[in-house]
Amino acid sequence: MPEGADSRQLKFRDPARARDLGRALTAAADAMGRTVSLMHVCGSHEQAIARYGLRAAFPRSLDVIMGPGCPVCITDTPEVDEGVALARQGVTIATYGDMVKVPGTVLSLGDAQAEGAKVEVVYSVTQAVELARATREPVVFFATGFETTAVATAAALLGGVPDNFSVLSAHKYIPPVMEIVAEMPGSKVEGFLAAGHAATITGWGVFEAFVERHKLPVVVAGFEPLDILAALVKLVELVRDRKPEVVNMFPRCVTREGNRNAQEQLFKVFRPAGGRWRGIAHVPNGNLRLRDEWAHVDARRRFDIDLRPLWKYAPPALVQDCICGDIMAGIANPKQCKLFGKECVPDTPVGACMVSSEGTCKIWHLYGGVPDLSSPDAPQAEVRP
Amino acid sequence: MCLGVPGRVVSVEGLVATVDFWGVRRAVRLELVDEPVQAGDYVLNHVGFAIRRIPEEDIQGTLDLYESLLRGDGDLMAADVRAELEANPEQSPDA
Repeated sequence: MPEGADSRQLKFRDPARARDLGRALTAAADAMGRTVSLMHVCGSHEQAIARYGLRAAFPRSLDVIMGPGCPVCITDTPEVDEGVALARQGVTIATYGDMVKVPGTVLSLGDAQAEGAKVEVVYSVTQAVELARATREPVVFFATGFETTAVATAAALLGGVPDNFSVLSAHKYIPPVMEIVAEMPGSKVEGFLAAGHAATITGWGVFEAFVERHKLPVVVAGFEPLDILAALVKLVELVRDRKPEVVNMFPRCVTREGNRNAQEQLFKVFRPAGGRWRGIAHVPNGNLRLRDEWAHVDARRRFDIDLRPLWKYAPPALVQDCICGDIMAGIANPKQCKLFGKECVPDTPVGACMVSSEGTCKIWHLYGGVPDLSSPDAPQAEVRP
Repeated sequence: MCLGVPGRVVSVEGLVATVDFWGVRRAVRLELVDEPVQAGDYVLNHVGFAIRRIPEEDIQGTLDLYESLLRGDGDLMAADVRAELEANPEQSPDA
């Protein structure tokens, strides 16, 4: 893991506090006398957990699983197919970088680009709008990401876009998928760590209905290693004390109401609709689709998206062995996949989880997932109590 | 993608701010932030938009965190923060 090696030199800003939190976590988990499974739903949380080797500080009875927290990964195959079909129909597709490599049923946008289709990488919706302004040709922004990113798409549309600009929305809304994961048969998840920055927009109040329905605690956490450790301590305590409630451990960024201004813009432009999340399930209200008032910028209504030409290709055989869906649902980890690190690596990903910087497989591939504590250079061993 | 990136507001013109990110000035859109923003404020930005004004007491801690992230070359978190920076068009130094 050459790229991850440097990161292991990183130290906590406050090692003494990290040690204290490590001890508190062990004490809380030991008091349970059994294994406790917690889920987070944020690629940045997994990056921080892996990068700082936090799993080395977790007690063995604590299982911290990454759920469907990678927006690129859960973009469904038919949604990628729509982008690919449009690109092959001669429309310029502008999208965030990671999306180019994400496999559709048979082709990725990168494959379409190699065949001559126009696919442009952008870092923001504003750049996609600029592309449209610079040409008379149709430009479609293939819009991916959770509510944190969807608000930007909404604001851009409300700010005004040229006639040749439209949006193919694959935006997703996190709160509904937590319901699905909590209800999955065999799910052992007893509490959720919610992503601080997404909650900056939605507010922590959005989780109250979930907690009420499922009697599972939710703790909102920042992504600094100490924030994550502190939030996990709180979450284990809530499980131990059978207190299903929402606790905000990221008060410097998150309020109960969230960013009302951004929410208003989001729901002025988008409406929640049911739809599939790749590999997971149909998620009621989990997709953000353009409202009828925005039909004039909705690529699905403006273009006749013909998927039939894609059917003459055969899907890659390896895809059948990919367990990305189980990994995102939190019922498997990358090391249980026979392709992981062999046929499936970041340069030649088989599944979406190996494509994105927020995908569990790519993160584990770069940093290692569960550290080998017997190794002399086990990361951050000083955190262990 | 959810990390965002903090920067210091240099000036505001309508709904666009010029924001300084470690010496590089970039344009940031202000439609989404829920508080008035003025020169000297620090804002957290995501895909080209300011999403939150950072409270005074959190500025140093936030900057320290991102500076430690950006030191990690070839690191996923560093790459995500750099992508966030690219979302904001660069402006000339006298902007």
